[in-house]
Amino acid sequence: MSGYDLESVDGRIEALRRMLTIRVFDETAGDRFADGEIPGFVHLYIGEEAVGVGTCAALAEDDYIASTHRGHGHCIAKGLDPEHMMAELYGKADGYCNGKGGSMHIADVDAGMLGANGIVGAGPPMATGAALSIDYQDREQVAVGFLGDGAVAQGQVHEAVNLASTWDLPAIFVIENNQYGEGTPVGKQHNVDNLSDTAAAHDIPGITVDGMDVTAVAEAVGEARERARAGDGPTIVEAETYRFRGHYEGDEQVYRDDEEVERWRQRDPITSFKERLIDRGELTEDEFEEMEAEVEATIADALEYAKEAPYPEPSEAYDDMFGEPVPEIEEFARQAQAQTDGGER
Amino acid sequence: MAQAGVEQTETMTVREAIRQGLREELERDDDVYMMGEDIGDMGGVLAVTGDLIDEFGEERVRDTPISEAGFVGAATGAAATGTRPVVELMFSDFMGVSMEQIMNQMAKMRYMFGGKTEMPVTVRTTEGGGMGAASQHSGTVHTWIAHFPGLKAVAPGTAESAKGLTKAAIRSDDPVFVFENKMIYEQQGEVPTDPDFTVPIGEAAIEREGSDVTVVATQRLVGESLDVAEDLAGSTSVEVIDARSLYPLDTDTIVESVEKTGRLVVADESPLSYGIHAEVATRAMENAFFSLDAPIQRVGTPDTHVPFSPPLEDEVVPDGDDVRDAIDRIA
Ligand SMILES: Cc1ncc(C[n+]2csc(CCOP(=O)(O)OP(=O)(O)O)c2C)c(N)n1
Repeated sequence: MSGYDLESVDGRIEALRRMLTIRVFDETAGDRFADGEIPGFVHLYIGEEAVGVGTCAALAEDDYIASTHRGHGHCIAKGLDPEHMMAELYGKADGYCNGKGGSMHIADVDAGMLGANGIVGAGPPMATGAALSIDYQDREQVAVGFLGDGAVAQGQVHEAVNLASTWDLPAIFVIENNQYGEGTPVGKQHNVDNLSDTAAAHDIPGITVDGMDVTAVAEAVGEARERARAGDGPTIVEAETYRFRGHYEGDEQVYRDDEEVERWRQRDPITSFKERLIDRGELTEDEFEEMEAEVEATIADALEYAKEAPYPEPSEAYDDMFGEPVPEIEEFARQAQAQTDGGER
Repeated sequence: MAQAGVEQTETMTVREAIRQGLREELERDDDVYMMGEDIGDMGGVLAVTGDLIDEFGEERVRDTPISEAGFVGAATGAAATGTRPVVELMFSDFMGVSMEQIMNQMAKMRYMFGGKTEMPVTVRTTEGGGMGAASQHSGTVHTWIAHFPGLKAVAPGTAESAKGLTKAAIRSDDPVFVFENKMIYEQQGEVPTDPDFTVPIGEAAIEREGSDVTVVATQRLVGESLDVAEDLAGSTSVEVIDARSLYPLDTDTIVESVEKTGRLVVADESPLSYGIHAEVATRAMENAFFSLDAPIQRVGTPDTHVPFSPPLEDEVVPDGDDVRDAIDRIA
């Protein structure tokens, strides 16, 4: 398994640590974005940590995930390194995408992370594709496609689920129902009560779980994984959760009131899981504080690293357009290099 | 260039100009309504629609689910059956999601049905790099639409054009795509306030007269080219044309200008290969070859996607410096 199987005490502690790591990473990213240090858009996962961690806890290390625009949590849950993640947010040369992607496109295919995605609903087809490779080569993995409640309205999502179910592919679709697509509440986007009901159209299981409870998510995804590995095709798991912050940093959130946010904050997935572990005698307050200090140090180091890291050279803008050389691109790169060599314009 | 007979103007941003154009058309014609993601209470992700929902209500300023293929297709069907939808696509990169409905339905319906339907649909969308939004939110794809038979494409460079073309698009019985560069929403300009003011689709605007070099620009590069022209005044006299209508394209204005100056720079943010640049350059050559005194120069995005990291984005997204370099090469 992934090294944090929730059946074991160590696994549960590790799950708590990962949730905390996501929380601190995202709080830090939010602050740095507010300070103008991080360009572009930043969509934080704060409040939804149990979904990503619960899902990845139920996966094997070499399983695949395809993520969304709100992808930092998925990356950390999957085991990506916060240093290279933060470097990517800063647009630095040794960020996960060499500075080409930024927050919305962090990817590490070797680590089974098929990319955060700027296009809503584009993850599920990627997951179906990964499941196709797995099936085709008789491998032992599964592929998870994460999507938001808003993304459920995308045609490509339904096409992907249909393909995976028709071909019995080892895919799992995890809907993170955080109640909003940008500013539009889920009730104004869909005519079904539970988004997992869409599974019925494909004659596959659809289940809705408490997305604030990491073990509930892990259990559901675990069962879906067994089903997928048994050759019985995909499952849709809907996790009901909530984002504590705006859609993106800077969002004024005119579409909801503080009272609603507060109500959901009472169900903080980290606090509640921590308290369960303490109740069961698997963790002490002191140990939790120690964990917190470690996590904060890790993220502080990642931030330091990201800030110090060098930017890419302008000519690197032309790297990786194609696998084979193309004269047009080489000419652009040559001109950029000449300009760099010749100093500032 | 102000339209003849239009006197009253007000200073406003491109964003305000578009919103005013939308408001006037919603007021003028009950068959006009808007749809898109978060254009209602949120006021549009780039704040263009603002509070229009308060004035016109949810029936006419409709929030859609995140389903571009669905609502662009619905707009196509609606336009064929008597209403005049105005669709907002948040970022032009998302056009990919709805491309089937655009290419095979919207563009072909009138023609293929032997003229048995009108297609009065307007699609507004945003383009361009410059804000670290990375490859999936920074594209400039207007060549796709301008290239595709049966679709009209406009891309304003000033507040006045933005309002006038938005209104003309809504009044048109053809599918018109309005490409708004997101980096110029805050750019200010004088805008006619007459509710009957429109900018005819297919007319370019000479924004500055000059005699040595013609710069045919679009969108953000119009303003940046005007700044360059101002800087160079005294040494090189630069004529700046806002092409603003990409299809149909105002060949006459471009050709007359090239006949006068003998030199042409085409500045458009889309990727260089097979882009708007090539079309403008070809029309100039076809019609004014013997007036040309120097090779035509292109300014655009090299054939890459727009990268996230600031130094990489600066490298590929064209700006006034690139226009100046192009002028220097031939003037
Ligand atoms: C195809 C496409 N359309 C629109 C957008 C703009 N957009 C980005 S995130 C978002 C909301 C997504 O909502 P949901 O899927 O529920 O995910 P959440 O943000 O709630 O995690 C929208 C509309 C996009 N990125 N891609």
